[in-house]
Amino acid sequence: MIRLSTIEKVYRTAKIETIALKDVNLHIKRGEFLSIMGPSGCGKSTMLNIMGLLDQPSQGVVEIDSEHVAKFSDRKLARLRNAMIGFVFQSYHLINDLSVVDNVEIPLLYRSMSGSSRRKLALEALDKVGLNARTRHFPSQLSGGQRQRVAIARAIVGSPQIILADEPTGNLDSVMGAEIMDILNKLNQEEQTTIVMVTHDEILASQTQRIIRLFDGSQVN
Amino acid sequence: MLINYLKIAIKVLLRHKLFTFISLFGISLTLLILIMVTSLLDHTFGSQPPELKLDRTLSITMGLLTSKDGGQSNGPVMSPYFLKKYVKSLKTPEVVSMSSFHNRVITYKNRTKFRLDIKYTDSEFFEILDFNFLEGNPYSLNDVSSRRNVIVINQNTREQYFDGEEAIGNTMEVEGEKFRVIGVVENCSILRIMPYADVWLPLTFSKTPLDEVTLIGGFPGWFAMMLATDESDIPAIKKEFQNQLALVEYPDDKWVEIKTAASTYAEAFSRNLRLSEEGNAKPLLIILFILMILFMLLPTINLVNINLSRIMERSSEIGVRKAFGASSLTLVGQFVVENVIITLIGGAIALILAIGILEIINSSSLIPYVNFSLNYRIFFNSLVICLFFGLFSGVYPAFKMSRLQPVDALRGESS
Repeated sequence: MIRLSTIEKVYRTAKIETIALKDVNLHIKRGEFLSIMGPSGCGKSTMLNIMGLLDQPSQGVVEIDSEHVAKFSDRKLARLRNAMIGFVFQSYHLINDLSVVDNVEIPLLYRSMSGSSRRKLALEALDKVGLNARTRHFPSQLSGGQRQRVAIARAIVGSPQIILADEPTGNLDSVMGAEIMDILNKLNQEEQTTIVMVTHDEILASQTQRIIRLFDGSQVN
Repeated sequence: MLINYLKIAIKVLLRHKLFTFISLFGISLTLLILIMVTSLLDHTFGSQPPELKLDRTLSITMGLLTSKDGGQSNGPVMSPYFLKKYVKSLKTPEVVSMSSFHNRVITYKNRTKFRLDIKYTDSEFFEILDFNFLEGNPYSLNDVSSRRNVIVINQNTREQYFDGEEAIGNTMEVEGEKFRVIGVVENCSILRIMPYADVWLPLTFSKTPLDEVTLIGGFPGWFAMMLATDESDIPAIKKEFQNQLALVEYPDDKWVEIKTAASTYAEAFSRNLRLSEEGNAKPLLIILFILMILFMLLPTINLVNINLSRIMERSSEIGVRKAFGASSLTLVGQFVVENVIITLIGGAIALILAIGILEIINSSSLIPYVNFSLNYRIFFNSLVICLFFGLFSGVYPAFKMSRLQPVDALRGESS
């Protein structure tokens, strides 16, 4: 599903060069649920962003569904993200000016689809995360756990084959975190969605099928 | 998608009330100024009653005379004698008229004082100008030459002076003489300098000796109008008049040179502003165009700045949209739609303000008989230009942001 080969990511400024990822090789199979662990600044999020086509590697090859993405145009990358990938961010990244249901609809805006179909799918996604009573609320009116559930509904509304979650429980207490993990587990088991989750939490990571550990930008296992 | 953009645009506008106010203020003020200025220009120079044939009308209003010792006299100085001898005799125009500029006189009726602006004209004056006669008719060539005591008055004078009485056939005293009213016309704005008056009289009643042999002088100043059969005859008329000027005899031995020209309204105005010696209207039009661009530029710079800061602080939204499938082009489209919305709101405000202000000016007696009307064509054109600048000011910041890697946009990094 996702293949990273000899990935390197270097951040360059006028004075210094920081190596964020070094010779990373990874193959993630369809339907797999894996977690990426490691200390802060070890390159976990960078790796996830490269997998999700949100960032480009300095070197190496990224393949999504056996397609090399390096030469893809901006529009083709956008289409691929829209069709294949759903993101869940630690700080939710909801648009405060839009209601819950409008936030969830965002990925569908970039598909040719009627307004009523969009609304139907968004409400179904909110139902899956147990938030169907709050569709008209705005993000500022929700708790952290509820916001993350909105973010998950947004990630799954377009039925992507891959979900990339960057510390999805990082801002939540353990109860809320467990709820979010339940939702992700259910998605993986019932819909065979491939999930890659960055986490600091050993307990949550142990619930996934495979753990990738990073240290100073390199894989250690 | 458009509804989503609209929702976001309105939310963003409401969220930043100060920015929104500054944007809307800039756009609506610019449009308002453009509408007001063009309405004024249209009212003053545009083709409207009684000057419906402006496209084929030339006038001689100003002159510049140089004396032997280098002294100069300029302004509306051409004497009735000059106009009669050298202008009325032109062959190329279809009709030539001469008349005085208006001057104010006082008259009384039943001890009530009336201030009237009067104008001495020939009968051709009413052939060139299309006055709308509410009653009666203009005076004829015969009326003028045989000094019949007849006058034409405007609607306002009929209401004030005759106060409900029949005006036609009734008499009115002007400058110590009694005149019979033979025509009543619609009020004409004071800004239309050539036709304007309250009362029009045959020029043979003028206190100025019309046949006195002199090139300049004659209270309160005189001018001539020439009507071409066709617009294409205008160059020939101008040429004939210039040839005529070469034949001018200088009777009082004081003046040695005379400069004047048969000009259209815009040309005459341009020359009066000293923009062009020859009475060429191009410099005037260029200056008006530059002024218009400058007017438009101010809100554009303002908009670019506001849009930049507005869009920069929405980088997280841009990141989210990119992450979920928006291409750079789609995002540029979104911000452009937002700009179009704010410009249209500004345009609507300007339109409402313009209608209100023009109505206030029209209903006040600040400018006699003025009737400014909203020029929807100009409003539409200004709106199109504003939209263009609105798009331009939105596209640049949006383009800049849309080129960011999604991950940088999500982090809120603008560079």
